Amino acid sequence: MKPKHSIEVHNLSVAYNRIPVLWDIDFELPQGQIIGIVGPNGSGKSTLLKAIMGLIPLSSGFAKIYDKELNNVRDKIAYVPQRESVDWNFPATVEDVVRMGRYKKGKLFSRLSGIDKQLADEAIEKVRLTPYKDRQISQLSGGQQQRVFLARALAQGADLYIMDEPFVGVDVATEKTILDLLITMKNEGKTVVIVHHDLQTVSDSFDYIVLLNTRLIAHGPTREVLTEENLQATYGGQLNLLVKMQHLIKNTDFPIREKGFEDK
Amino acid sequence: MVGDAISHSVLPGIVIAYLFSSQFDSIFIMIGAGIFGVFTTVIIDFFHKKLKLQEDASIGITFTWLFAVGVILIALFTGSATDLDQECVLFGELGTSFLDKIIIGGRLYGTRSMLMILPVFLVIVLFVFSGFKGLQLLAFHEEYALSKGINTRIWQLGFMSLVSITTVMSFESVGAILVVGLLVLPPATAYLLVGKLTKMLWFSCVIATFDCLLGYLFSIYFDVSVSSMIIVFAGIIFVLVFLGLKAQKKWKNNFSEQSVFE
Repeated sequence: MKPKHSIEVHNLSVAYNRIPVLWDIDFELPQGQIIGIVGPNGSGKSTLLKAIMGLIPLSSGFAKIYDKELNNVRDKIAYVPQRESVDWNFPATVEDVVRMGRYKKGKLFSRLSGIDKQLADEAIEKVRLTPYKDRQISQLSGGQQQRVFLARALAQGADLYIMDEPFVGVDVATEKTILDLLITMKNEGKTVVIVHHDLQTVSDSFDYIVLLNTRLIAHGPTREVLTEENLQATYGGQLNLLVKMQHLIKNTDFPIREKGFEDK
Repeated sequence: MVGDAISHSVLPGIVIAYLFSSQFDSIFIMIGAGIFGVFTTVIIDFFHKKLKLQEDASIGITFTWLFAVGVILIALFTGSATDLDQECVLFGELGTSFLDKIIIGGRLYGTRSMLMILPVFLVIVLFVFSGFKGLQLLAFHEEYALSKGINTRIWQLGFMSLVSITTVMSFESVGAILVVGLLVLPPATAYLLVGKLTKMLWFSCVIATFDCLLGYLFSIYFDVSVSSMIIVFAGIIFVLVFLGLKAQKKWKNNFSEQSVFE
């Protein structure tokens, strides 16, 4: 039987030095969609991904993937960490890094097969980096480096892709390549979960959105979730000023005047 | 720099093993040092990740303390009648190692230090060849390895044990301080030249061999410490490679500029 949810998170809390970063998060995510986890800086988005991937200890609760414990389905998940998480001066070529996507637990002592190498090559082609295949990774632009990470995940051949801020510091060409790829992946029935901090850009591409700010604010199909009330609760003070201005302009005639002037 | 730390902090392990076995070239010494090498990396990791201390601070605390304990252990328990003294541990003596020949049944099989380091060499070559992918993944992206469910801790321990054993084996020949130079300089030189880990490994082997040959020849000519001369040459070659690459880059730029104008 096909499981209903890609990711299920129940009662999940995470704390660093006793300060809660995530508090009582509870949701289920659908399959075969592009899902955005959105919230301001420091709202615990990356922490949520790390918690789901079992990279940090949980204070309470659990996360399940395809209704199973993480360790039973690791082969089906590809994790794309933030670009800053590695030293790009490491002596490796684009090909070396993408082939790492084919490394598997328990098979580290055996050689990569021809199929492994072919899948890695195909992944490089998908992100349009084939001309840069033998280049050292330090000689790539930020966007190209992000695409290397994406290719490594693609080479894994997973069903669920978990990406941490793939759109930060990338050029327009890369943004478009990534977005096109995401749609192709969705059409192939893959599930993509993306952490994203900025609502202005690319959020129209998400089918489903999780709004997060330490607590879970809302989750659901994009159109239902993106209400002013929800955004207000997520972004709080950062959004306040703009909304207030809007109200002011709506309620009073433009141009706005101070009260004292009207008497004169 | 963890290799640096290990090379110093294995000292108490060596001394303790020596106190138990009363032999300088026994397998106990290697085990004792190996244990302390791994112990060092565990403590550094603990300070860094659990106590949130900076990595260099954790390293500094760990190895200086263990080294000091080792020095005091030597002074207190081994007395002056032993061949285990600080000079030997710190600097080693390559120049006289050839005197210690292993002769069985009238046939010369090699020097003792050579025969001792041979099994270590084979183990390392085997480990690097067969476990290359694991080591590469650990070095480049530990978090990603973890996300694949790979036990990075075991890889780390395996790697660090080999670093400590290598360090210990080199004590007799090049000593605790200079071994760090041999651990770092050839790969650093290779890193300047190539941008791929497999190539870098081959290059550093060739460069290290070259360093040793040059250093040995010159040390005989000037009649000075062999190990120091090797490191001096390793450093000189590193700088020469660096300058050479810079000059080449400049020449290339000039050349391309010219071709634009012509």
